[in-house]
Amino acid sequence: MMHNRSTVFKRWLVEGAIYLLLIILAFIFVYPIFLMIITAFKPTREIFMDPFGLPKVWSLETFVKVWQRAHFNTYFLNSVSVTLVSTVLVLTCSSLAAYALSRYQFRLSSFFYMFFLAGIMIPIRLGILPLFLLMRDLNLLNTHWSLILTYAASGMPMSVFLLTGFFRTIPKDLEYSARIDGCSELQIFYRIMLPLVRPGLATVTIVNFVPWWNDFFFPLLFIQSDHLKTIPLGMTIFFGQFMTDWGMLFAGMVIASVPLLVLYLAMSRQFISGLTAGALKG
Amino acid sequence: MVSRWFQKHIYVFFLLPGLVLYAVFMVYPLTSALGFSLFSWDGLVRGAFSGLDNFRTVLRQAPYNIRFWNALKHNTVFFIITFVLQSTLGLFLAVLFTRQRKGYGLLQTLFFMPYTLSMAVVGFLWLLLLNPTWGAFNKALRLVGLGHWAQPWLGQTETALYTVIMVNAWRWLGFPILVFKAGLQGISEEFHEAARVDGANGWQVFRYITLPLVMPTIGMVTILTFIWIFNTFELVFVMQGSSGNPYYSTDILGTFFYRTAFGDSTTGGEPGQIGIASAIAILMFLIVAAVSYFGVRLIQHSEVEY
Repeated sequence: MMHNRSTVFKRWLVEGAIYLLLIILAFIFVYPIFLMIITAFKPTREIFMDPFGLPKVWSLETFVKVWQRAHFNTYFLNSVSVTLVSTVLVLTCSSLAAYALSRYQFRLSSFFYMFFLAGIMIPIRLGILPLFLLMRDLNLLNTHWSLILTYAASGMPMSVFLLTGFFRTIPKDLEYSARIDGCSELQIFYRIMLPLVRPGLATVTIVNFVPWWNDFFFPLLFIQSDHLKTIPLGMTIFFGQFMTDWGMLFAGMVIASVPLLVLYLAMSRQFISGLTAGALKG
Repeated sequence: MVSRWFQKHIYVFFLLPGLVLYAVFMVYPLTSALGFSLFSWDGLVRGAFSGLDNFRTVLRQAPYNIRFWNALKHNTVFFIITFVLQSTLGLFLAVLFTRQRKGYGLLQTLFFMPYTLSMAVVGFLWLLLLNPTWGAFNKALRLVGLGHWAQPWLGQTETALYTVIMVNAWRWLGFPILVFKAGLQGISEEFHEAARVDGANGWQVFRYITLPLVMPTIGMVTILTFIWIFNTFELVFVMQGSSGNPYYSTDILGTFFYRTAFGDSTTGGEPGQIGIASAIAILMFLIVAAVSYFGVRLIQHSEVEY
């Protein structure tokens, strides 16, 4: 017999050791987040006295304070609307462009495809100074449009790249039969093609949505008015004001993180495949 | 007639909105940055053509040159440590995760969790955790009997940069793990079986079969890591301020550029130097472009087929 007792035992030992190692490492990755969440429920005094224990009373008081007094309700709404409009804009523009590039034969189509692709590896922030002056000249500084246009433009290369790939897999016959049935080109696009690339649209949404929700580089430079700030930027200001009130700081961080954490836990498979999609195909 | 022409050339209208958006708000700023760097600037007003003067200032004139080389060194250290971590620990974990075992799905989900946090949250969270007086990190060290290790991690020039790098790795590592894992899963099982039939042991299979096949994925992730680290700004800005405290020991190209372009808020002083800042941005672009170009070439050359 190959599998005598000692080899079976050895294998169990190895498997057990691997599990232990993975659990310890996973603990390092998750515990700080866990600590952030439980700390947000504690009063500042308790945070200092007993940093690791569970809160004695699970109180939502700090959250309410942060939400109302520190304007997190406004920041939150701003983040939602900026991210949402940017996503809709990039989905519309990139799906139309990708459709044109993958389904129509015309001169320059491969040129335009490469033109979009050229931006895939170049971080837009290297052009921040000209972009800043452009926004100023267009009177868009200190408006949400400065963020929306920047995000949507910088999201184009990856989105066009991903969606072109999806559109190319659709058989030509579908298009021909729709044309024979008398559909206009626009109808073919949104009635037949768009529903077929739904997985692609989901990927594009995740690829773009996550970094935009989390971004604070562009808001830091473009937005001055408090009532227009997004959550990550609002938090930076907030940290300057309440540096000693740790209860409020932790509550602020939790409010900023919870939407994406919940989304991630609810649909981690889509998140993971979306966020790693770009890296694999490049 | 008009409508038939319209139907035939409708792709133009499909292409146009995205093209305009991309050209105006991405291509134009990126390409005109070069122009910006070739002029002298007075505040936000463009002055005379000055050739490569701004580049000379950055590379040769104090204090810019000192700050530039200092920041470049920090970015390089930042990249090397991150690269080593992800290609050893990250790859190792990815290999482990390719084996189907109970509970691995959940563990993998946990490793990726910090990646969904904003850099601002990551920075502030660790700033509080690493606080020398009240932070949970030093308290945890004392709790497990390593109290003599407790120190102001972010306040000393010797430890600050490494601490920031480790905080970044904490957020980042889930990404390479998952990409490596996907790359590993793309390798056909036949190769492994064939090697095992030929009598190769586990390590030999990994070294001579798996590793060469997954090399393009490792290379791609390395390039992405490099690009990302040579443009990053947030973590240092949030944790150590725009001048990379203490004493510029955590200053990186991103913060150096930010200070030069938009003024140094910490000293409340100087206004932005657009020409010089643009020269810094162009230098950053050249570094990133050169490394990604040669990196991609290298990957294409090293691709193996069995």
